[in-house]
Amino acid sequence: MNRALRLLRRRIVSSIPVLLIVIVGTFFLLELAPGDAVDAYLISIGGGDPALVQSLRESYGLDQSPLLRLWVYLVSLAHLDLGWSVQFGRPILDLILERLPNTLWLMGSALALSFGLGTLLGIVAGARPGSAGDRILSIGSLALYAVPSFWLGLVLSIVFAVQLRWLPTSGIETIASGKEGLARALDIARHLVLPVSALGFIYLALFLRMMRAGMGETWRQDFVLAARAKGLARRRIVLRHVARNALLPLVTMLGLQAAAMLGGSVVIESVFAIPGFGRLAQEAVAGRDAPLLIGIIIVSAVLVILINLLVDIAYALLDPRVGASEETA
Amino acid sequence: MKTMARLARSPEGIAGLLLLALPVAAALLADVFFSADPLSIAGPALIPPFTDTAFPLGTDRLGRDVLAGLIHGARASLAVGLAAAFVALVIGSLVGTIAGFAGGLVDEALMRVVEAFQIVPGLLLALAFVSVVGASLPVVVFAIALGAWTGPARLARAEVLSIRERDYVASARVIGMHPAEIAFREVLPNALPPVLALSSVIVAGAVLIEAALSFLGLGDPNIVTWGSMIAEGRNVLRSAPYLSIVPGIGLVVTVLGVYLLSEGLSNALAARGMRP
Repeated sequence: MNRALRLLRRRIVSSIPVLLIVIVGTFFLLELAPGDAVDAYLISIGGGDPALVQSLRESYGLDQSPLLRLWVYLVSLAHLDLGWSVQFGRPILDLILERLPNTLWLMGSALALSFGLGTLLGIVAGARPGSAGDRILSIGSLALYAVPSFWLGLVLSIVFAVQLRWLPTSGIETIASGKEGLARALDIARHLVLPVSALGFIYLALFLRMMRAGMGETWRQDFVLAARAKGLARRRIVLRHVARNALLPLVTMLGLQAAAMLGGSVVIESVFAIPGFGRLAQEAVAGRDAPLLIGIIIVSAVLVILINLLVDIAYALLDPRVGASEETA
Repeated sequence: MKTMARLARSPEGIAGLLLLALPVAAALLADVFFSADPLSIAGPALIPPFTDTAFPLGTDRLGRDVLAGLIHGARASLAVGLAAAFVALVIGSLVGTIAGFAGGLVDEALMRVVEAFQIVPGLLLALAFVSVVGASLPVVVFAIALGAWTGPARLARAEVLSIRERDYVASARVIGMHPAEIAFREVLPNALPPVLALSSVIVAGAVLIEAALSFLGLGDPNIVTWGSMIAEGRNVLRSAPYLSIVPGIGLVVTVLGVYLLSEGLSNALAARGMRP
């Protein structure tokens, strides 16, 4: 456990400068945007006189130099204050925290589906490399991997929501249904089936392919030969020796794909009108709300860092060699 | 040439080439068969597919020819995909070579930047970039490349780290070549092949991100793209689902073709005893 904690501490320290680069980079990128929050606000209220503009700029601190504002921004970030969204008239952190759970449910379920089913099918394909089942699964997964998630979402909703009417087309729960407890949870689950499938199927294909490739390599290792020579049952060799060793790289992949999956949920949330984090990003773009967009990018970076920390811990627990060298160093 | 022969014999390679031939032919011949602007109104609105010989795939809400859009969309998808992958590979291999060759503090700093780009979702970054600079084709290309150059950079750096210890680099140093000359004339060309092997995956990813961006309404509004056609068809999803389905098939064919081709290529290279 000590080993995992030490690894964790080192990873946290090394991710601080990276996060700082993200913050400063995004700040200056959005600094390039023509117009500021006051301009956007003026357009939304239909214009105003120069004195109002001046006083608004002063009250938001927009008349200061970019460097000074960056400093002010960093200081307030250190106090966990992401600023104020002019578009929504609310603190940005509140907005994000309100939307984040929907996205986390979507991502978490999609991840569980793709990882679980992908690994399982990968084991089936990799158990007998070159067999008919293996070829069908590997070609099928390649085809699935080529499907854009948002289009898959639309097709699924045409079939299952519009034609068959089995599932709802959009939203996260039935509006004003008055449901509570288990009934509400079931309602949300029903709404999540299509978006989770649309987001998860692509990663299912990825995990299947990785698992299959990893098993193909493990079959050639000497310890597999030894296990066969010992006369172990094939089933036991596949599960206990080959699949187990091929599983580790998948855990790493999980961390690497976290960012891409967060990006994918932006589009999926737009397809299924789920009021999540990704939809908030789209609303920020549409409303030219730069501070909100910076906040969203920073929070998503933090989220990806956290997921990777979890992956690191899992990895250290699964593989006793990870981080062991640091004990001597 | 032997690689090409092997590629032509592998089933994945053949399938990939056949699938890719469709969008490539469409992109090249778009102006020959459909010289009119695909965004112009061509006939009555919402003709279902396979009912009117003048519009084999029907028309959309505004009476625009779906087939013309599909054909012209192939051009936008392929152009953006190839250009974004090219930009990403150039930036990535330059940064990777500099980081690997310079080492020390430069390497440390550059790799932190690479990590920073990796932890921000590529689509969010592209979304922010396009919304700041304004949607046009070059901007979309660059926005997609911003999220795709980190893979090549890491791979190029790893290659350079192993190459810079080789004898011919030491000899180049002994004869007094400038470090920059060694880096870009001796090391970079030898580090490139494995990086180039990434290109097909990057092209496929770029095609998908471009589609997602234009689906979200952040593509170039003056060009017809498959993503924007899908988004347009969404408005009448219940009555005319084909409007969203048809352009998506174009996307699947293109991306699947690229994946199959790269699978065939890496098999052909592996048969030659080279790394994929």
